Amino acid sequence: MPRTVSPRIFAAAIVVLALVGGPALAQKQGGTLRIYHRDNPPSASVHEEATVSTNLPFMAIYNNLVIYDQTKDVNSVETITPDLAESWSWDATKTKLTFKLRQGVKWHDGKPFTAKDVECTWNKLLGKDADTFRKNPRAIWYQNVKEIALNGDFEATFVLNRPQPALLSMLASGYSPVYPCHVSTRDMRTKPIGTGPFKFVEFKQNEVIRLARNPDYFVKGKPYLDGVEMRIIANRSTRTLAFVAGEFDMTFSQDITIPLLKDMKSQAPNAICEIKPQYVPRNLMVNREKPPFDNAKLREALALAIDRKPFVDILTEGKGDIGGVMLPLPEGLWGMPPEVLKTMTGYGGDIEKNRAEARKIMESLGYSASNPLKVKVSTRDIAIYRDPGVILIDQLKQIYVEGELEVVDTTIWHAKAARKDYTIGMNLTGMSVDDPDPVFYENYACKSERNYTQYCDPAVDKMIDEQSQETDVEKRKKLVWAIEKKLNDDLARPIIYHDRAATCWHPHVKGFVGHQNSIYSNWRFTDVWLDK
Amino acid sequence: MGAYLVRRFFLMLLTLFGMSVLIFVLLRVMPGNISDILFESAGLVNPAEKAKIEKELGLDQPLVVQYSTWISGLLRGDLGYAYVSEKPALDEILPRIPITAKLAVLALFFSIVLGVPLGVISAVKQDTPLDYALRVVSLSGLSLPSFWLALLILMGFVHFLGWIPIYTDKPATIWHELALLSIPAAAVGFRASALIMRLTRSSMLEVLRQDYIRTARAKGASAASVNYDHALRNAVLPVITIIGIEAAFLIGGLIVTETVFNIPGVARFLVEAIRWRDYPIVQNLVMFIAVVVVVVNFLVDMAYVVLDPRIKYED
Repeated sequence: MPRTVSPRIFAAAIVVLALVGGPALAQKQGGTLRIYHRDNPPSASVHEEATVSTNLPFMAIYNNLVIYDQTKDVNSVETITPDLAESWSWDATKTKLTFKLRQGVKWHDGKPFTAKDVECTWNKLLGKDADTFRKNPRAIWYQNVKEIALNGDFEATFVLNRPQPALLSMLASGYSPVYPCHVSTRDMRTKPIGTGPFKFVEFKQNEVIRLARNPDYFVKGKPYLDGVEMRIIANRSTRTLAFVAGEFDMTFSQDITIPLLKDMKSQAPNAICEIKPQYVPRNLMVNREKPPFDNAKLREALALAIDRKPFVDILTEGKGDIGGVMLPLPEGLWGMPPEVLKTMTGYGGDIEKNRAEARKIMESLGYSASNPLKVKVSTRDIAIYRDPGVILIDQLKQIYVEGELEVVDTTIWHAKAARKDYTIGMNLTGMSVDDPDPVFYENYACKSERNYTQYCDPAVDKMIDEQSQETDVEKRKKLVWAIEKKLNDDLARPIIYHDRAATCWHPHVKGFVGHQNSIYSNWRFTDVWLDK
Repeated sequence: MGAYLVRRFFLMLLTLFGMSVLIFVLLRVMPGNISDILFESAGLVNPAEKAKIEKELGLDQPLVVQYSTWISGLLRGDLGYAYVSEKPALDEILPRIPITAKLAVLALFFSIVLGVPLGVISAVKQDTPLDYALRVVSLSGLSLPSFWLALLILMGFVHFLGWIPIYTDKPATIWHELALLSIPAAAVGFRASALIMRLTRSSMLEVLRQDYIRTARAKGASAASVNYDHALRNAVLPVITIIGIEAAFLIGGLIVTETVFNIPGVARFLVEAIRWRDYPIVQNLVMFIAVVVVVVNFLVDMAYVVLDPRIKYED
């Protein structure tokens, strides 16, 4: 029997819906969002940096061709929305990605935006422009781009050497803004010009970064805020206290660690704190080219000795995740399901059994409790690096390895790694896009400059290329997991654990959505408004 | 006196030259340079791009050439460009100096107005409960780490009492600025005041046992006159010396205080510049601090003449 709804109930439902949905319709214009910043960004040029310290304050100055939806908490192909491009399409061969560009968009200095700017930006990234970037950390992302072909002022085509469906995902990242042709790369580092919702006002070193609303922004009515102000406060206690005292509306991205969160909730009980994955996995660097870890058996013993759970329990109070290179499920799109994960060496089974097996290997190599293998565990002189290093040393004792923590000045860490001047290193690696292409190409491909451990296996390069061309997501996942297994077997920066942390804001901050699988792409502030 | 001043002037120049060589060499001895750090922050290693940056900044030049370029620029008033901000170093340093100077003067003022009178009282009231209490205060001032004290003060005044904000905005008025700076200044000045208090006390105790003090008392001078006109004037010389030294050391205390209280002065800026190996900023700032220290020491020496007529600098 069909059910009917009485007019009274229907009217009441409408009132309830209006009340619940009310705030979404009542965004207030004006006000300055005050966020604290944890450190001094190296520069304002997003393309030249690889840190959220630059993305967070400066992403809102720019526009991309496409962007991950700022109102949804997942970065995926389904949440990619138009930005400077109104639409996009692949050709039949999947080697040409054409963008139809918005017309009438102006740079903050009043000059018109055209397809030439798209061409200039990617020519700089490809090293084809005379005014090159001082640093180009994501050059490897675009190694498959043959050229940028223009068709008039408002159409640009990325011509690829081979199909690469993930290109669109990389272009939607906060790391892929379009730069103006007419501004030098030097000026983009110090006083950037964009087309974005906010204009650059000032960047005082170690003090403050200010952005002001772009009244000519091409999305009418947005942004809601008059400006964004980010004070740089290096001392964690001071900045947390300032947030609690109401000096700031919002904390820096994931600045509140799990242990700190309890304090935060007790001191600012009304604050909204969202715990999300950082996608900055803690990993090991094992020097495969020098003794003793040039011996594959020894590497296997090391892999068997690692118990990931204590890292998670001690350092993240159980909130962290165990996984491979790709962000673990459920937030990660490419994470391995438990049944696949446990098939990898060191991830499954009984840890005591694994360690007994590891000890047998060590004994066969001549090591014992009375004759341990002595190694240095090198790491940067920063707590988040040192702490897992200490736990690792404790675990290594179980298999006759006597580790000594070598704390390295943070300024020479990557250079030391590049010289292969280490035996074991405890490391952190930030992953900017939850897609296998940027993750694998940046960190494990032979040609990548960010592959500073210089792990190079042509077979792995081939596997990475193969998954990169695969358009079927399920098939691609299988290929990705095969790469994960291979990297783990090779001890190529094996992942120890994935951390989580919280970003907090006061209840009057509305419309902010933190992305669950990337910390680099949700800082446009177009939909953020202040209810005060 | 004239010849002494000339000698002193040349000695000051020599000291500054020594400082310039020392800071220049020490900075180069430290591991890594700006190009290492720029690449470090981007998490990549590219020797070719690194070499390009070093060439652009003149870091590929021999050390002697780099040193002479810096010193000749400094003498012309050209401090070069900051490596990180790519702005003139002078534009980065100048606006921060008044902030630190105000904080330092306030801290010194606090330490003197607290340290000297309490030291005198402690000496005059020797071995009384008041003396014991003041000695506990001075001992705690010397033993409490300044970062810890600063954090406690910050929690008390910002979080619980809400009397002062954290330095997040440029103060609108001089009174607002005074309010913002006085509490951090007190945190820094407390340690210095403890030292001054202890020195004033011991110096006063020594003087109060002198024959001329007994004579002054015998001729019927009042207690205040004996303590302040006769004793303090003679006891104050070592205190002046320690005030001079403290003024120089203050910058060290300000690094912690500026960091904890988030005050955008030169001390915190200097630490950040060292972290980034921003040579133009570090070299020029250290030279500025060296000039301040040398001048303060000179002024202290001159103050001896004014305060103690027995002291004369012979030609």
